[in-house]
Amino acid sequence: MSADFLYTIEVILNGLMAGVLYSLVALGFVLIFKASGIFNYAQGVMALFAALTLVGLQEGRVPFAHLINAVFGTKVHHFDWTLPAIAAIIFTILVMVLFAVLVEKLILKHLVNQEPIILFMATIGLAYFMEGFGDLMWGSDVKTLNVGIPQGGSLWFEDFTVGWAAEGEKFYGMYVDLLDVWAAIIAISLVLFLTVFSQYTKSGRALRAVADDHQAALSVGISLRVIWVLVWSISGFVALVAGMMWGAKSGVQFSLSLIALKALPVLMLGGFTSIPGAIVGGLIIGAGEKLFEFFMAPIIGGATENWFAYVLALLFLVFRPQGLFGEKIIERV
Amino acid sequence: MNVDNTKMMDIKNIVLRFGGVVAIQNISFDIFKGEIRAIIGPNGAGKSSMLNVINGFYHPQEGEVWFRGKKRGSMKPYQIAHQGIARTFQNIALFKGMSALDNIMTGRFTHMKKSIFSQIIWAGGASKEEYENREVVEKVIDFLEIQHIRKTPVGALPYGLQKRVELGRALAAQPELLLLDEPMAGMNVEEKEDMSRYILDVNNEFGTTVALIEHDMGVVMDISDRVVVMDYGKKIGDGTPDEVRNNQAVIDAYLGVSEH
Repeated sequence: MSADFLYTIEVILNGLMAGVLYSLVALGFVLIFKASGIFNYAQGVMALFAALTLVGLQEGRVPFAHLINAVFGTKVHHFDWTLPAIAAIIFTILVMVLFAVLVEKLILKHLVNQEPIILFMATIGLAYFMEGFGDLMWGSDVKTLNVGIPQGGSLWFEDFTVGWAAEGEKFYGMYVDLLDVWAAIIAISLVLFLTVFSQYTKSGRALRAVADDHQAALSVGISLRVIWVLVWSISGFVALVAGMMWGAKSGVQFSLSLIALKALPVLMLGGFTSIPGAIVGGLIIGAGEKLFEFFMAPIIGGATENWFAYVLALLFLVFRPQGLFGEKIIERV
Repeated sequence: MNVDNTKMMDIKNIVLRFGGVVAIQNISFDIFKGEIRAIIGPNGAGKSSMLNVINGFYHPQEGEVWFRGKKRGSMKPYQIAHQGIARTFQNIALFKGMSALDNIMTGRFTHMKKSIFSQIIWAGGASKEEYENREVVEKVIDFLEIQHIRKTPVGALPYGLQKRVELGRALAAQPELLLLDEPMAGMNVEEKEDMSRYILDVNNEFGTTVALIEHDMGVVMDISDRVVVMDYGKKIGDGTPDEVRNNQAVIDAYLGVSEH
């Protein structure tokens, strides 16, 4: 095989891996959108907040340290303990469940039966509030997150592929980041779990029921408020997984909330109501933008990754407005 | 049809207003344990509103609802479902994206008590509970003769079968009181006969108390024990089908007698 061909394969592979992270963020959007018709602008910030909380708990940072120091003139910053990763993850899940309960009690409960645009505006407010709150709670410095996921290039894979090139060509084997591989494995497990949960449990069916028809759901005994807490908790958990992967890759920083924007073209591609759509959409965007950069950047200048996803999504909107897997939009006249 | 004249539900002086419009004007009636109770009346008589009051979708401004000998406080519809009241809707309200089987499984919601944690790890009784309730659902499916469409998404089913699946979802709850909102609307004669047979069988075999609304007098008179007649939000007749048939006010309402 020629080295150019192998490079292309390598680019696609890495693109797919990057796409998995887009998929994870998009998945959180889809879950809430399906169950309640709300486009949750705060999904990206939830990922950031979850990652901040995870690091904070793990390193034993004092929450609101700046505030406490400013008010009481103290100099606290860390507790004496650190937590093992697994304990920190469990506590962070509890924090995200608490967050879901508060969102339901303080926001959703009061906006029942409002127009979707009102709820959308509420989630924008929520996003900026959480960003500020996260800053106040854990500080705005870039934090390194290490939950024990292996990182760095896979030497085994490099050795495995190095012999694939034709004799005499310059090729040193393919580079694959272990973290990306783990992210992919975790994402696949997450999707499998969600699928099984929604098919074969009472709460999973209730989630799908509420997504389809509120009145009928009430009539069989399903409490909408409980379901909303549940779906926001699950989205919080998905946000945690996304935040953890992204944080481990590039540090926990506030630009993390901007990854939410990359999930938008993913959703347009995959459809707002489809879990497989979110996954496939993420993969297409991930691989597509890396390939485009690889081939076109030398010709038209670099930085195509900033806009390529949106142009691709725009093309999709024109030809298939419901997305690849979205429910077909039929208007009866 | 073992009607023993104990009151399962007693509805007392219900008044329901939407702004200035009075949908229900001071209506009282009762439902005996084990009977088939029909509420009939022309379009816009307030029948569906009445059902929505019983089921908790509407909260009346005045009046009381007594259920199983106790006055019912202000309750949410899902809480009323947990009390053993199931219903169907006039304009079929199924979960369109789900299979017939899954739709009927949601009817078992009030009977499944295992915690969310147990469900997540699919242990601690959640799987056992799932199988047990699945058996009940399979019986309902057999009873309604819809085995062949178990896995079909209900949105793809013809109207008559959708109505049947919706009845199945309500039956799966094994309710004490079953509310049916125009179960035969839009059906042809044959489908109406099938539906009548199912309603009678449910009542006979399981002793389920049924309250149903119908627009069309024909079939209802055949299957009901007692009938309430509503017109413009008022009760104009109440009694056995024969009594109601010979009631002058009822005849006038249906034939549309001018008021001199």
